[in-house]
Amino acid sequence: MLLLTCPYCGVMAEETEFHGGGEAHLTRHSDGSSDDAFTAYLFERKNPKGIVLERWRHVYGCGKWFHAARCAVTLEIFGTYSAQTFEPPAEIIAKIKAKRPEWEAKS
Amino acid sequence: MSFRLPTFGHLIDRDSPVSFTFNGKSVQGFKGDTLASALMAADHRMVGRSFKYHRPRGIVASGGEEPNALMNMGEGARFEPNQRATTTEVFNGLTARSQNHWPSLAFDIGALNNKLARFLPAGFYYKTFMKPAWAWKHVFEPIIRRSAGLGQVPTERDADCYEYFYAYTDILITGGGVAGLEAALEAGRSGAKVLLLEQSPHFGGRLMVDDVEVDGRAGPAHIAHLLTEIGKLPNVSLRPRTQGAGVFDHGYALGYERLNDHAPSTTPRHRLWRIRAKRIITATGALERTLNFAGNDIPGVMLASAVRDYVRLYGTAPGARTVVVTNNDDAYRTALTLHAVGLEVPAIIDARPQGGGALAEQARALGVRIETGHAVAKVNGKIHVKSVEICLQSGAGGAVETIACDCVAMSGGFSPVVHLWSHCGGKLNWDAANAMFSPDPSRPPTDQNGEGFVITAGSAFGALTTEACLQSATAAARQAADEVGHSLPEEAAAREVRTISENPMAPIWSMPDKAPYKLRAKTWLDFQNDVKVSDVQLAAREGFESVEHTKRYTTLGMATDQGKLSNINGLAVLAGALDAEIPNVGTTTFRPPYTPISLGAIAGEAAGPLFKPTRKTTIDGWHESHGAIFEPVADWRRAYAYLQAGETTQDAITREILATRGSVGLFDASTLGKIIVKGPDAGKFLDLVYTNMMSTLKPGKCRYGLMCNENGFLMDDGVVARLDEDTFLCHTTTGGSDRIHAHMEEWLQTEWWELKVFTANLTEQFTQIVVAGPNARKVLEALGGMDVSREALPFMTFTEGKLGGIQARIFRISFSGELSYEIAVPASQGLLMWNLLLQAGADHGISPYGTEALHVMRGEKGFVVVGDESDGTVTPHDLGMSWAVSKKKEDFIGKRGMQRSFLTAEGRKQLVGLRTLSDTEKLPESAHAVEDGKAIGHVTSTYFSPTLGHPIAMALIVGGRARMGEVLAFPVAGTVHKARVVDPVFYDKEGAQQDV
Repeated sequence: MLLLTCPYCGVMAEETEFHGGGEAHLTRHSDGSSDDAFTAYLFERKNPKGIVLERWRHVYGCGKWFHAARCAVTLEIFGTYSAQTFEPPAEIIAKIKAKRPEWEAKS
Repeated sequence: MSFRLPTFGHLIDRDSPVSFTFNGKSVQGFKGDTLASALMAADHRMVGRSFKYHRPRGIVASGGEEPNALMNMGEGARFEPNQRATTTEVFNGLTARSQNHWPSLAFDIGALNNKLARFLPAGFYYKTFMKPAWAWKHVFEPIIRRSAGLGQVPTERDADCYEYFYAYTDILITGGGVAGLEAALEAGRSGAKVLLLEQSPHFGGRLMVDDVEVDGRAGPAHIAHLLTEIGKLPNVSLRPRTQGAGVFDHGYALGYERLNDHAPSTTPRHRLWRIRAKRIITATGALERTLNFAGNDIPGVMLASAVRDYVRLYGTAPGARTVVVTNNDDAYRTALTLHAVGLEVPAIIDARPQGGGALAEQARALGVRIETGHAVAKVNGKIHVKSVEICLQSGAGGAVETIACDCVAMSGGFSPVVHLWSHCGGKLNWDAANAMFSPDPSRPPTDQNGEGFVITAGSAFGALTTEACLQSATAAARQAADEVGHSLPEEAAAREVRTISENPMAPIWSMPDKAPYKLRAKTWLDFQNDVKVSDVQLAAREGFESVEHTKRYTTLGMATDQGKLSNINGLAVLAGALDAEIPNVGTTTFRPPYTPISLGAIAGEAAGPLFKPTRKTTIDGWHESHGAIFEPVADWRRAYAYLQAGETTQDAITREILATRGSVGLFDASTLGKIIVKGPDAGKFLDLVYTNMMSTLKPGKCRYGLMCNENGFLMDDGVVARLDEDTFLCHTTTGGSDRIHAHMEEWLQTEWWELKVFTANLTEQFTQIVVAGPNARKVLEALGGMDVSREALPFMTFTEGKLGGIQARIFRISFSGELSYEIAVPASQGLLMWNLLLQAGADHGISPYGTEALHVMRGEKGFVVVGDESDGTVTPHDLGMSWAVSKKKEDFIGKRGMQRSFLTAEGRKQLVGLRTLSDTEKLPESAHAVEDGKAIGHVTSTYFSPTLGHPIAMALIVGGRARMGEVLAFPVAGTVHKARVVDPVFYDKEGAQQDV
């Protein structure tokens, strides 16, 4: 059971206080999108063995959605950050790259 | 025979006798005995039958690894199967029964399987029961089901209660042997908060048994000293009878405390500790392994360390004449212990050609016969050991001598208990010198900072001498204290341990080395699941090279003991058969809990009414006192119908509907979701959330809306009221209130965060009461205070004011098809308003109606219910509600999804009404329509309509709208129901009744 820090309340809490929301930074495809693009948006997820950028909601706390950068293998949390962004903040990217030089934020 | 000794037994209190029953017979033991030690002292050596072959089985071990001595414990509501006798403390009144035999332990019909063992090899059920196909279901499976399984299933609800306990600590230590205690003392001195868990009722581990001297103190004295020193540290807590059951992500651990298994009471029986620790030190010790020789499962063959435990701790002799058989020096301690209490040791069979070290010298000096380079060829005896045949280890089992004995103490070396290290991903190294897997400190499980959070100490680390245990414990404690940020005291001088030089062990996986099939087919690896050496070898020959596949094919290690004794031996045999190295074969996965824990402890307090809170409306008490029967709807309980004296449920529903349609009814609709959406962009946001246009709604008006998910499937519906330019009130279904609020927040926060909108879920802030029926207006007028005329408050509008003196918002909306007002008042005024309406409606015979009457009335009107007519794969178009899906809006959730090819294709199921050909025959719930042998749809709602005097139903039918007038067949359990496809609106299609 993970420990996560909600970037809004600043509280570090048990995973049971949160609700996972899957892959972060998806681009929504709507009316006018191709079948392939829409299918990819709806159903295709990366699930890498390594760094994942994922959505969480502090459901039994402040109710806010946020993002977490986490290693799915070692369970290391590189940071949590606002959900209102298209990519992780620079300091989190730097923290990940310090340990995983081969990792790219957009891959 | 096994019996009580006059000496030793420092865990038992000979002045406190305890009386209990085993298979109905009275047995005497002492306080401090385990069920196993007490049974052994009373010469009960056969304690059960094995799983598959029903072979007689006896006690093998002295702890949680015991595979055989599983008991049906207790009676009635306190009955529990598969309890290990070795970890059960006796108390007056305990009742235990042995398992897996019929009609009795001594005479067992199932033992016939033992004779058929040749025909029941690994995977026999995959091979034997293939043909004929029907026989599996009707012959083989019922027989196998009856004969498989160990204990019986409890038949009564558990009478005990359980609880959770949350703990936060700097350092958690699992295991209260000398390593754990030493680590606790050292870490405690740093000032760190330390919690130590010990699964047994007492501390000390091997030091309570073995002749070890630390700082000049004998083992038990040194343990007492450690406990005294730890007792001086207020930051260190020790919990006996509490097992470290599992290690999980980021320093989370489970402790399983058995509070009163040894002294039954009405207080919680087990406590599940939910622990967060910054660092975890596992000092869980090591388990001795069995040796692979024929007949190693016969009662009286035991682990050498366990034999020693019973003598020292419980003053109980497992046998009068014990042959010791070993591949290492430790088993000599057993021989010396037995000799010291005057029990016979006719021989020590040591498989190593060079034999043992200093301990062997001691034994030899005492005149004990030692045979090096020898092995046990087979054990003789049916229900207990009679003798062993010994042979050369290097040979094929040609016996050189038969030695009479009634006990065999075997030692195949030790396996560190790496379970807790491995639960969360700690990796292992193969230690070839000791033939064991031990933790690799460079590859620990990692925490949220990417740092290792589990450290092992003592023999769990692979340290097999007291000296090494203490060193690793001190090092582990200092590392943990440092890592949790506590300053360390000066390193004290290492403790002085009287050391004994030992010769290296030898990995012996087959005894003798070239044992023929006849012997291997009687050599057990997994005692609990009855897996033999020959089974694993067969699996390897049949191509099961992966250890995980072999495990599942042979069931090796899959019993309740999870192969604690058998796994390494099984791996070694598999490696041998595959001609591979043991580390290359690898281990199976260690999963929590370490030993089985009670389901009650996992549930904790969350049982019965506390399993989940029931949501009740403010009027719930009135419903209850007026004959309501309830139904669960989401987390709520809602009045289903109000039964009057002598009424059936159907009578009540019929009466409520006729009263409402005939005059006026009253309904508690408080559970409907009420979400406020407010802000300058609220209209824009709702246009994205609903399929229809909401931004054009005028303040003061209501509009029915549908919500889809991104797939294009219907997820909720309800009436939206625009309170003012910036504010909308969205009604959701009862089940949707929390879900839809969360759905809105998700989109607002993660996709359209530029929109200036707030949401608030006010579901519980308002009580909402429906007054419906032709006389509804008269009831509201009788209460007075607001103009509720057709002109002032037309259909699909709302108004606010004081009704009967109570601040209220009144909506002219209808789910019944009648003239209908929904009155929302502050929750605190809800019951008052309900009672005022009852009084005001008394002259009109106002009748409360329940959810079933509501459903029937909406069914008559052809209104859909999300979750009845929709199931998550249904679009608004399927339901004939295209009118509620905007063609003008550029975007809304689900718009693109609905355009997917299979949602626009011909042949979708469409909502229709059904009229049975007979006026008395109601269609069964969920009945499937069958055409040319194919299911073409199903009934979604079915009722008897009192208004119309005949049954009605709705259904989703392939191409339904083009089938009007067709008669469909609904075969259910031998009866074919027939119904005609009709329009789903049965009552007042024009809507004249609701708009008056």
